[in-house]
Amino acid sequence: MNAVIRLEDIHKTYHTGDVDVHAVRGVSTGIESGEFAAIMGASGSGKSTLMNIIGCLDRPTAGRYLLDGMDVSQLGRDELADIRNQKIGFIFQGFNLLSRTSALENVELPMLYHGGHLSGRKQRQRALAALELVGLADRADHHPNQLSGGQQQRVAIARALVNQPALLLADEPTGNLDSMTSVEIMGVFQKLNDQGITIVMVTHELDIARYTRRNLIMRDGRLVSDVRVEDRLQAEAELLRLREAQKEVQLTL
Amino acid sequence: MMRLLATIKIAVRALLRNKMRTLLTMLGMIIGVAAVIATVSIGNGAKAQIEAQIASIGQNVVLVFSGSFTRGGTRSGWGGAGTLTVEDSEAIQREIPGVVVISPEVRTRVQIAAGGENWNTQILGESANYFDIRQWPIISGAPFTEQDVRTANKVAVIGKTVADELYPGEDPVGQVVRVKNVPFIIVGMLTPKGLSVQGADQDDLIVMPYTSAMKRVQKATMLGMILVQVAKPTLLNTVQQQVIDLLRQKHKITPDKDDDFTVRTQQEIAEMAAAQSRTMRLLLGAIAMVSLVVGGIGIMNIMLVSVTERTREIGIRMAIGARGGDILLQFLTEAVTLGVLGGGLGIGAGIGASRLLAVQMNWPILIPPEWVFYAFVFSALVGIFFGFYPARKASRLDPIDALRYE
Repeated sequence: MNAVIRLEDIHKTYHTGDVDVHAVRGVSTGIESGEFAAIMGASGSGKSTLMNIIGCLDRPTAGRYLLDGMDVSQLGRDELADIRNQKIGFIFQGFNLLSRTSALENVELPMLYHGGHLSGRKQRQRALAALELVGLADRADHHPNQLSGGQQQRVAIARALVNQPALLLADEPTGNLDSMTSVEIMGVFQKLNDQGITIVMVTHELDIARYTRRNLIMRDGRLVSDVRVEDRLQAEAELLRLREAQKEVQLTL
Repeated sequence: MMRLLATIKIAVRALLRNKMRTLLTMLGMIIGVAAVIATVSIGNGAKAQIEAQIASIGQNVVLVFSGSFTRGGTRSGWGGAGTLTVEDSEAIQREIPGVVVISPEVRTRVQIAAGGENWNTQILGESANYFDIRQWPIISGAPFTEQDVRTANKVAVIGKTVADELYPGEDPVGQVVRVKNVPFIIVGMLTPKGLSVQGADQDDLIVMPYTSAMKRVQKATMLGMILVQVAKPTLLNTVQQQVIDLLRQKHKITPDKDDDFTVRTQQEIAEMAAAQSRTMRLLLGAIAMVSLVVGGIGIMNIMLVSVTERTREIGIRMAIGARGGDILLQFLTEAVTLGVLGGGLGIGAGIGASRLLAVQMNWPILIPPEWVFYAFVFSALVGIFFGFYPARKASRLDPIDALRYE
């Protein structure tokens, strides 16, 4: 019973006008605690819809979804909000930080909606600890527009971590980043995963998926492939290699 | 509690982000509330002055007005010196128990002169008790006496305005004033009262014995009215009825005919004034409502814009775990803050404007503290009422759609 995610024949149908769109048609799988999985697929494959269901932003039309042992497929809006707050940490492609709000306050945000009340000082401590974990403790007072894309995404990761969720959910986390920063962010994920944090991410970039441990590929609303990553990339080594390559380019110039 | 405090912080910060917009939105509330406070203060001041004026009629006073009379088809109004006689007043004094003193009154406007100056003013013929009944003391000199009344002596008491016009820079007491070419000696000057609520100068008059006024000035035999002072307030209604009965009998009015006079107690006059100020207050209330609704619509408008503008923020907050209720509270707090802040500033502006009017225009201003409180509570209610729809709209957004919103 240490499955974080248990999907049983999940269906999702959208009613748009006269036609019904079957975005997800029967997905069954499980994600164990401590896994690092990438859901992949072309656009329109249903991966984003599946992601929204896993993230408790949406409910499946049919099927059962157990999150951390709890059936969440039939919960109401408020209960889903609480689940999102306590069990899931979200990381988005566009970072989605609140502008004109400091990094620290952005990280404190999920605790604002947390049922168990923490004192302001406690909240601050926890937010700072989360920022430290992603290596941004010294930028706590910076506003998002004073941070680079990679730094913003780190703040977003800290925000996702602050309520100690069962699951980290990342939707195209490297989509808005250059290749170097993408590897850096994947490094952060790998480090967190090594500490035992379960991570599920959606990506369409094959090389990014190679930093994870498991790849699930979707097509036409169905899971078509579910494989362990054999030739897993280590972000740290990869970063070194990239930096060397960059130096060489600079030398030749 | 923590959550509420944090929500208020978020709301205030959101408002500070668009200072100009916040200020303009609040302007509706500010102007509305300020107008309410100022008008209520003016109305209250006027009411207090009317009350003071009614009190200045005297204590426990019943007024008997002469009825209208018809002369050549023209009807005079009340107090038109038609139907009351000196005998009527003597009968009231003599026959009705509980009557302390009376003052028969005649009024007329005449041109008066003294030295090189002349002036048109009101002549009041009264008894020597008039100054007691009206509780209107003499500031210098002395009032005329009962002896003066009996002999229709040529003495008079002068109002401040007339004194200033006829004897600028001089003491009027002891001077001679010519009323219709009859020389009167001024024996005293009345304490100045200033303007009445209606703006009439209450010091523009001369008071003399009613006998003198009737014989020497007006050449009339009828009274305009009779002031009757009774011993205590509980007697007012009894005396009123007794006066009516007595005068009907004396005037030989058969039961099928109407009175040819009118009797009013001071209370009745006060009630009439109160009814007037009630109407006034109702009108003010209506104006207040309209201005606050306009202010509220302004808040609603800007809150709708704010919700649309911040759809993405709402999406982020929801994804992170904000419930619909949290979002509702956040935007409602923002609207209420707008309302309360606008209301607070409006109260300040209203009090400021009232003070300014009091100082600059010399208006009687009374700022009612309970209205300040009402205005404050009401602006908060306006914020809640007009903020609710936008806030609910925000709280019902779908997190996925909201996150996708550009």
